[in-house]
Amino acid sequence: MAGLGCLTATVLGVIAGVLRLSPNWLVRKLMAGYVEAFRNVPVLIWILIIFTVMTAVMPAPSAFRGDNATSSMLLGAVAFTNRGVYVPSPVWGPGSMVVVLTFLASIAGMFYYRHYATRLLYDTGRLLPMGWPSLVILFVPSLIIFFVMGQPITLDYPSLQGFNFAGGLHIRGSLIALWFALAIYTGAFIAENVRAGIQAVSKGQTEAAAALGMRPNRIMNLVILPQALRVIIPPLISQYLNLTKNSSLAIAVGYMDVTGTLGGITLNQTGRAIECVLLLMLFYLAISLGISAVMNLYNNSIKLKER
Amino acid sequence: MSRNTPAFVRSRMLPESPPPVADTGAIRWLRENLFSSVGNTILTLVSAYVVVRILFWAAPWFFNGIWDSPSLSACREMLDGRTGACFAVLTERWNQLLYGFKYPSELYWRPTLAFVLLFVAIAPVLFIKYLPRQMLVFTGLYPFIAYWLIWGGSVTVPVFALVGVLAGAVVYRRVLTVSAGVAVLAGIIAAMVVWWAAGRVTASMEGVFALEPVASRDMGGFMINLMLGVICVSLSLPFGILLALGRRSSMPIIKWICVMFIEFIRGVPLITLLFVANVVLAYFLPPGTNFDLILRVIIMITMFASAYIAEVIRGGLAALPRGQYEAADSLGLDYAQAMQFVILPQALKISIPGIVNVAVGLFKDTTLVSIISIFDIVGMIRGPILASTEWNGVYWELYGFAALLFFITCYGISQYSQWLERQLQTDHR
Repeated sequence: MAGLGCLTATVLGVIAGVLRLSPNWLVRKLMAGYVEAFRNVPVLIWILIIFTVMTAVMPAPSAFRGDNATSSMLLGAVAFTNRGVYVPSPVWGPGSMVVVLTFLASIAGMFYYRHYATRLLYDTGRLLPMGWPSLVILFVPSLIIFFVMGQPITLDYPSLQGFNFAGGLHIRGSLIALWFALAIYTGAFIAENVRAGIQAVSKGQTEAAAALGMRPNRIMNLVILPQALRVIIPPLISQYLNLTKNSSLAIAVGYMDVTGTLGGITLNQTGRAIECVLLLMLFYLAISLGISAVMNLYNNSIKLKER
Repeated sequence: MSRNTPAFVRSRMLPESPPPVADTGAIRWLRENLFSSVGNTILTLVSAYVVVRILFWAAPWFFNGIWDSPSLSACREMLDGRTGACFAVLTERWNQLLYGFKYPSELYWRPTLAFVLLFVAIAPVLFIKYLPRQMLVFTGLYPFIAYWLIWGGSVTVPVFALVGVLAGAVVYRRVLTVSAGVAVLAGIIAAMVVWWAAGRVTASMEGVFALEPVASRDMGGFMINLMLGVICVSLSLPFGILLALGRRSSMPIIKWICVMFIEFIRGVPLITLLFVANVVLAYFLPPGTNFDLILRVIIMITMFASAYIAEVIRGGLAALPRGQYEAADSLGLDYAQAMQFVILPQALKISIPGIVNVAVGLFKDTTLVSIISIFDIVGMIRGPILASTEWNGVYWELYGFAALLFFITCYGISQYSQWLERQLQTDHR
């Protein structure tokens, strides 16, 4: 749960943070509005608002029934209902292992290619294209194997049976509410960190890179972001920790995470308040310390090496 | 070819012509800010589309809003199929949203007055340069006045509490020349003695200047959020300073106790601490004592906030150059004096933005108390209002209202802190 949230929040936050500094006035103001709106309103209210969207605004499964149904499935595959979202789930047939292994191998291959291209650039000055070959290496072998093996992975589409959808993968509304709310909320904070980090890189760096004739895209990727990263990472760690701790708000929308089971059900059933709450606290303490240990390792590895 | 007679030389200056239209005013601004390149133009068009869509979706909803109706079904009848909000729920239930559903309605003026006085009390702290220092006396008195106004009861309780604090302060001043540690202890003991003595006396003076008492379980709504926010932040400041100093102390036991406390509190979510307040804290109290829930929650949130504030202040302390500590030592100041006159004023100034951040975050986190069944504004919305037969199904108006209240407060605080930062910036940039 927290992992999903962290990932989405980081992507959102970096995009919003970079866009807040864009030369485009409208985009800048839009992003400022997003950041201020989400930073200044409690996350609990956002969770409840998105949960309301998921439960009260989405149509009931019965709305999908009949010839003149009021709702239809997105692309015929994804159903948004007030009982959650139904998406197709993969069915792993015999031989699917080979496809998965090929895919993993192509990921390794892609990194090797990028590494090789960079080495070539530094050693000989020859510039190999990076973008499309990586994509080709990533997807083509897996696709070939997929068809050679006779399409072992199929999708199980959700379909209306009885009063509800059956088949496919059921994602609860509460999970989506929690995930989106936490991601968007934390994303707003991360956007501010990213902005501060980018602004901390002195303007001379941008100008120097521009004087070397780099394109704005490259300036951002090769000059600004690597330097800004050093400023961004420490507050990012604490944002991840906050997100993990905020995920305990799952209890507010009835998603049974550890707070709901240990702090709710177990406590009510056994009546041993001290033990349950202590266990719960130790659980979060362990996770928090774990995350901060891992992130500190990462931080040390990218820190400016000083003597 | 003669060089002396060029074919044409302008002998008069041309009159100045205005810059081209495309390079001035609104058009130039548009070109520079919105349409400077292809990518930028696409971005502009996309975001303009998003804004227009949102406006077209929200505007009829807002302007068709019904402000006066007894229930949601009546509201829908009035709207007659059009899109529109039902703000009537706000006009009808505003008192519940702000004060909770059990606070006696004829007494609403008391928390409102306390709220207004809060601004009077906090102004001299916020704008210390522009307002006379004498107003700080009122800031000191404010907690007791606010307690009397909100909870009611005999005026003797807050008065004797104030006397106790004053007695403690006087004793502290007297003993300070001997030793700082002894002075703190003596001050606390003096205050305790006064309170103990006062407890004997007040029982017989229950009716003196009494306002009608209100139990804290009868309070709710946004009032609870504000109360928790203000009380916990102001209480956690001194505790946070003590914890930060303790963490930097050279005495290992004190240092390790502070480190353990801070890291433990920072490692667990506030919700688990509220569970502690709800179900566990009673185990640690002597049997027979019965704290009310609000007080227990205040204790836990204060602990939570002071751990975070301690970390912020520790950052401020660490940012001070070592020379400041050494200078204070070489002046012959002892630890308490060095801290009071040299270190803390500078360290606190550095940590103001961080403290404001913690305060805003904490204020937002006060909504979590709705999970342990205190009817704050979120609790009121989810509980009595959405569960009532009249208003079951009104979501956007209520959550939007709550979000708006928090937005106004938090945005105001953050704007103030940015202003203060500019004021305090003594270095040149």
